[in-house]
Amino acid sequence: MAPTDAPSKSVTFSEATLTLLFIAFAALAGFVASRAHTPAYAFHAALFAAGSIAAVFALLKRYELRGAEPPPRLIGGRPNYNYGPIRFTALAALFWGVAGFAVGLYIALELAFPAFNLDLPWINFGHLRPLHTSAVIFAFGGNVLLATSFYVVQRTCRTRLVGELAPWFVVLGYNFFILIAGTGYLLGVTRGHEYAEPEWYAISWLVIVWVVYLIVFLATLAKREEPHIYVANWFFLAFIVTVAVLVLGNNTEIPISIFSPKSVIVWSGVQDAMIQWWYGHNAVGFFLTAGFLGIMYYFVPKRAERPIYSYRLSIVHFWALIFLYIWAGPHHLHYTALPDWAQTLGMTFSIMLWMPSWGGMINGLMTLSGAWDRLRTDPVLRMLVVSVAFYGMSTFEGPLMSVKAVNALSHYTDWGIGHVHSGSLGWVGFVSFGALYCLIPWVFARPLYSLRLVDWHFWIATIGIVFYISAMWVAGIMQGLMWRAYTPQGFLEYSFIETTDALHPEYVIRAAGGGLFLIGALIMVYNIYKTVRSPSANRATELSSIPVAAQ
Amino acid sequence: MSHIARNAPTGGLQKRLETNSILLLLAILLLVSIGGIIEIVPLFYLHNTIEKVEGVRPYSPLELSGYNIYVREGCYTCHSQMIRPLRDEVERYGHYSLAAESMYDHPFQWGSKRNGPDLARVGGRYSNDWHRDHLRDPRSVVPTSIMPGYPFLAQTPLDSAHIAEQMKTLRLVGVPYTDAQIDNAKADLTAQSAPDDPGAEALRRRYPNALVYDQAGKNGVTEEDALIAYLQHLGVSVNFKLYDDKAAVNVR
Repeated sequence: MAPTDAPSKSVTFSEATLTLLFIAFAALAGFVASRAHTPAYAFHAALFAAGSIAAVFALLKRYELRGAEPPPRLIGGRPNYNYGPIRFTALAALFWGVAGFAVGLYIALELAFPAFNLDLPWINFGHLRPLHTSAVIFAFGGNVLLATSFYVVQRTCRTRLVGELAPWFVVLGYNFFILIAGTGYLLGVTRGHEYAEPEWYAISWLVIVWVVYLIVFLATLAKREEPHIYVANWFFLAFIVTVAVLVLGNNTEIPISIFSPKSVIVWSGVQDAMIQWWYGHNAVGFFLTAGFLGIMYYFVPKRAERPIYSYRLSIVHFWALIFLYIWAGPHHLHYTALPDWAQTLGMTFSIMLWMPSWGGMINGLMTLSGAWDRLRTDPVLRMLVVSVAFYGMSTFEGPLMSVKAVNALSHYTDWGIGHVHSGSLGWVGFVSFGALYCLIPWVFARPLYSLRLVDWHFWIATIGIVFYISAMWVAGIMQGLMWRAYTPQGFLEYSFIETTDALHPEYVIRAAGGGLFLIGALIMVYNIYKTVRSPSANRATELSSIPVAAQ
Repeated sequence: MSHIARNAPTGGLQKRLETNSILLLLAILLLVSIGGIIEIVPLFYLHNTIEKVEGVRPYSPLELSGYNIYVREGCYTCHSQMIRPLRDEVERYGHYSLAAESMYDHPFQWGSKRNGPDLARVGGRYSNDWHRDHLRDPRSVVPTSIMPGYPFLAQTPLDSAHIAEQMKTLRLVGVPYTDAQIDNAKADLTAQSAPDDPGAEALRRRYPNALVYDQAGKNGVTEEDALIAYLQHLGVSVNFKLYDDKAAVNVR
């Protein structure tokens, strides 16, 4: 029995409300499951019910275990940072990363050897391709962004994350969304929009989670102990709020019934295409670029122990980038039935976008001034710096491909796939790995198990990327040229299938490159596993291991 | 943060923005709204965005079921439905695609990658039997094809229980389905998949140039039947002998 002089524990308003909401939601989901039009939807409704019941039990358990008072915001004059949700998302990112890379490797093999499709519905290319893209972008990338944004906003505001339940709701709710979306693709539940496949009920859930994320982030900014909002947080905030706008715009749909997974999007044809690529390109611009630039602006200076090269350049980089990116969508629709004026605008702004992108790259790279020698000794810093170099490379290639004359050749070919992967493997992948190699030792208060293994990860993954993107450049340009090749008599020289046959060697090399990238990630998982399982360093060594440049 | 940020502004607009989280949020929202509004909103108002053409009609219930399967199986991940006005594409696939041809597609299926050929005008190019063989085992008709096989479609009966609900929802968002089309959805679906069905006449009245298929009779209508009905309808609506494409190019 607890001693009676302890302050008595009472249920907080948010605990009570959340518990009741989850009970009501479990009942609703159970009802929908019983009348669902399709087995896949019944399964998802049952998952929602089970998840809600699990949430109720988690809330009760948490109430039982917690102290009477909420955790203090300060301990001994220092902020009492909330690392629990960060630890969860950092490890979830690794899990989803490996899953997403493995699915990517599998679909690469399907393209090289179609027998891998096994004539089955749930693992054929059309089902696994959205699973791959969503797993790497939203599951891996999304968890990295949650982990780093929650870490960076606390450290740069010198204050504890606002809310105790809310951050956990965000990270668990987001991963539950991923579970629903991912199983949906396997079962054939899709809206048929690239990178926006989850159906109306999954997106509705995501919107709730995302609004709570925005509120937690904004409220933490508002409680900051620093006069200025640090530049990394501008990028995180732009990422959070713009992704909300994009998701709402591209998911303006009406379910055909609450008992059906199927919905009908309000837009059609040419307008739907424009809105989809306004969304699609800015999923790249704000999810995969702005968010990860937030990571760059914190982790590169931290790891290099140097200040950001130019504060002025960060200001120009930020405002120019977010203003220009939004316009670039129509370059995905060159020579289509989208009106020419929109295509021209998209191309013009895509070319202008080159400038702020390279401004950001220069700002990241030049931060190394005076610390370049550390690239030899610190493979984590090397990973971060190479990621910025890949950022520069793919943000040069992007504007080039948005020129209509180039796009006439590159569109519909593997050049696009190569471009996306130099950005996603090289930039997003490496900056994420670098950040996680820094972050996990910090939030678990343990030193990293092995820098040598990071070195191995870096080289194996880099060679994998080079294989991947060179194979795709060759495949894309070759197929584009073959499609438009004419015989001297004026006939098309190649049938479509001949242009596909020619790609086989490149598809095999691409799969090998993807395999190397996956092996690198598995080495990372082993390294992190050994790190997390090692005995905890005491608090004092943990703090001193965080590079704090005295200035 | 003094060690990673230096030269923070001591005054001016930037200082106000980076010391007030709500102002920062509003400034971001304002800046990211401009491009989207300018590029998207006029598409709903400019009359020459979608060409005026004869012949494009909403999908029949069987074609719509096939369209659902096309979306469900992720066909758009490998096949585009958008022929660009480039010499080789027009010679390979046919007349370049018009905006009008996808105006009833919720969602659009233009695609972004051609692991396989464009399908915008595949309708009528191959026989139903060819499609059947090709879907069940692509390599039986194209030996080096990298397309997955879809033999399971032929074994799955088509679930058409909710097709009328989908048509009603489509009408809400602007697809001009009539009451008669919605009320007779089930009958039309059956009529289109059996050549001797007495409803064929009514079907053709409601859906001009809908092709009636000799497909059912084995185990009822399958998903394969619906998908083929959809594929055979792709790109056949507009009569390009009557369409003045010079005029359209100039306004686009």
